[in-house]
Amino acid sequence: MSRYVIKRLAQAVGVLWAAYTVSFLVLDFLPGDPVSAMAGAGADSAEIDPAQLAALRHQYGFDKPVLVQYADYLGRAVRGDFGDSVSTGRAVTATLTDALPQTLQLTGAALLLAVVIGGGLAVLATYTRQRWLRQLLLSLPPLGVSVPTFWVGLVLVEAFSFRLRWFPAFGNDGLRGLVLPAVTLAVPTGALVAQVLAKSLLTALDQAYVETARAKGAGRWRIHLRHALRNASLPALTVVGLLVGQLIAGAVVVETVFSRDGLGRVTAAAVTAQDIPLVQGVVVFGALIFVLSNLIVDLVYPLLDPRIVVASSRKASFA
Amino acid sequence: MTGPVTNESRTGEDVTTALLEIRGLSVSYDTRGGPVPAVRGVDLDVRPGEVTAVVGESGSGKSTTAHAIIRLLAANGRIDAGTIRFGRHDLTTLSEAELRTVRGAQIGLVPQDPSVSLNPVKRVGEQVAEVLRIHGLATRRTAPSEAIAVLGQAGLPDPATCARQYPHELSGGMRQRALIAVAIAAKPKLIIADEPTSALDVTVQRVILDQLQHLTEEYGTTVLLVTHDLGVAADRAQRVVVMSQGQVVETGPTRAILEDPQHAYTRQLLASAPSLTTARPAATVSTSTADTATAPLVEVRNAVKEFRLPRAAGESRTLRAVDDVSFTLHRGQTLALVGESGSGKSTTARLVLRLTDPTAGRVLFDGADVTTARGAGARQLRRRAQLVYQNPYASLDPRFSIGEVITEPLRAFKVGDRRSRLDRARELLDRVALPASTLDRRPAELSGGQRQRVAIARALALSPDLVVCDEPVSALDVSVQAQVLDLLAELQADTGVAYLFISHDLAVVRQIAHQVAVMRSGRIVEAGTVEELFTHPGHEYTRELLAAIPGGRHASPAAEPTTT
Repeated sequence: MSRYVIKRLAQAVGVLWAAYTVSFLVLDFLPGDPVSAMAGAGADSAEIDPAQLAALRHQYGFDKPVLVQYADYLGRAVRGDFGDSVSTGRAVTATLTDALPQTLQLTGAALLLAVVIGGGLAVLATYTRQRWLRQLLLSLPPLGVSVPTFWVGLVLVEAFSFRLRWFPAFGNDGLRGLVLPAVTLAVPTGALVAQVLAKSLLTALDQAYVETARAKGAGRWRIHLRHALRNASLPALTVVGLLVGQLIAGAVVVETVFSRDGLGRVTAAAVTAQDIPLVQGVVVFGALIFVLSNLIVDLVYPLLDPRIVVASSRKASFA
Repeated sequence: MTGPVTNESRTGEDVTTALLEIRGLSVSYDTRGGPVPAVRGVDLDVRPGEVTAVVGESGSGKSTTAHAIIRLLAANGRIDAGTIRFGRHDLTTLSEAELRTVRGAQIGLVPQDPSVSLNPVKRVGEQVAEVLRIHGLATRRTAPSEAIAVLGQAGLPDPATCARQYPHELSGGMRQRALIAVAIAAKPKLIIADEPTSALDVTVQRVILDQLQHLTEEYGTTVLLVTHDLGVAADRAQRVVVMSQGQVVETGPTRAILEDPQHAYTRQLLASAPSLTTARPAATVSTSTADTATAPLVEVRNAVKEFRLPRAAGESRTLRAVDDVSFTLHRGQTLALVGESGSGKSTTARLVLRLTDPTAGRVLFDGADVTTARGAGARQLRRRAQLVYQNPYASLDPRFSIGEVITEPLRAFKVGDRRSRLDRARELLDRVALPASTLDRRPAELSGGQRQRVAIARALALSPDLVVCDEPVSALDVSVQAQVLDLLAELQADTGVAYLFISHDLAVVRQIAHQVAVMRSGRIVEAGTVEELFTHPGHEYTRELLAAIPGGRHASPAAEPTTT
């Protein structure tokens, strides 16, 4: 078990490093640099004193060779220092940790909704013997995946804020303010959970052990929940781990639509302003959350499937 | 309707009234092309306390009949007509809720394949306890200990440990015993055993069948045994029902069926059952080509293969899968490696084919040392040594046409052009007695026997000197087995190819092999010609294997089932 954890941790560190490096290279290849973007805000860059620009570049280290910059930044990033935001001057790490709780609330609520509603939909769709109901329920996930998030957000705002006045249309206040953004974010995520779980439930219900359970005299509900669901939840769990990445990406759109503070809006602003240190910080931060959630998924796996831990020692099996 | 009226006093037409009485049962499956009948007007009686065997090939409807009894048909299956009287009930008219009180409690099922029939994520004890919990026979507190007791009854050596284990931690035989525990837990009157041992080794098969028989004798349980193996039926059943194409063609006491079969199909089944034919010399096995004076084609000297077992944290344990194995194989000859799963016979074959490296020892092919052959040398060996796998359902790429399957080795070695390769494929199909029209079909459109013919054609495409056959017929019906074995012998006589034939079934080996090597725990415990081994088995293990061949009992006056 401990070896399994160490292996997974080493992989996590590798992923973080790769995320950092790739984002560094991509940002380096982009035309223009943050200093001219910063200086050019509101003014024609030609009017600015080139000497001043050079001084700024020197201050941020943009005049050094790329490799030196990379080593510099990487060394500091390892210690949690991603430098200062070019547009606000605040420390990147502080900016991100300030925005994080709001986004965690949003994505956490959305994930919960996605799993509960998506999972429930899948269980219901595969349980019902009404053909039309099954067809109807199974057609919802593709629909949920294909409608754009911002559109769902706007429709919800129109209906529940402007017409019914149940929930606020924007802002960060309290649980009520969380409902619409969380639902919006949960729609595509829950749809994917439902799709994968429904598919694997149908596969599981086709297995021989289900017939054994039926031969025992087990009822349909018992077979569905106690036998099929646990086996079917394994592929769905993998998807949930991957969906955390989608949720963070979705937060950019949802936080913009609902004017919520959070990581997503910080990201949107940083990209618009070509705020390279901040964008880098966001990338690594996002990767960190993604890696952590998948690490949790990996650690939950053996609890759900007793075969997993043994599987690593099975490689030497023979015929 | 729970009056104390016994069946005997009500009907009284027979000495023993049937526990289960099927009349005019018809079952069909809905397919895209309309309903396909699987069982047509079957009448079947199962008398209390007896073992009744339903025998037939795959597709004969025997399994469908068995599943129809407890209405566990596939989703597209439907009972069209007939009655299934069990005790006072007609099972065909019960509601789903009423059926649940019958399933598990009054009729238990032992399924076919123990490797997939237990829930992989639940402990074995839990799965046995579930039956007791469903039928209210145990409380949450008493169920675990009762499950352990039932596992013990089913013949598991250490039931308490076993109950805590997951299915993947048990061997196939132990899993089947766990499934028997599931079936007997609620002490049902009837147990339906659907090919309970066809996925198991012969020796394990024997133990499992002994266990079932022991249980029926001790508790008076009635058994409906579904099997494709007449030998198994002959050993275990008092009555035999022979099914073919969805209909019962013959039924009667086991002895009568075996000694005086009335129906042509029964006679055919008897003739092709390898275990029942004593010393049937495979008609076409060539004996003259045994030219042992020349250099052997394959020579294995003191081969050892070890696997590291990483499970143990402290010391690194190794497993000796092949332990000092030596043998020679001559051109045009067949050497059979016989043993149970885990005996190292497949690993030995992999060593010969250079699919795995030996830890020690040497492998010579046609005089050349290929022990460490790599790259071009190993590739050359691939061309001269081919393989036929056990499972024809899995070894053919489902997206390839048969033509593509057969010509793939030719394409891999860039032999000929498109046209000549297709010509070769046609010729090979002809050789294995398949029509040329098969060329454009997909594996899924063929039967198991036809697929194995295709696999053989593919193995022969490059005209190899050696074909390794890894349990080539164990996934096939008995009558098809005989045809494929005959084909292999015929091809050997024509082409002079040598076979390394791997099997757990001595009855099959007797029909095809010249030489036999019996393997156990990685070692060859006995080797010799087929005649020697079958007439004077030297090693105790060989005798055990011979005794495990089903059907051996019916030769002796074995009308009484209590011969154990």
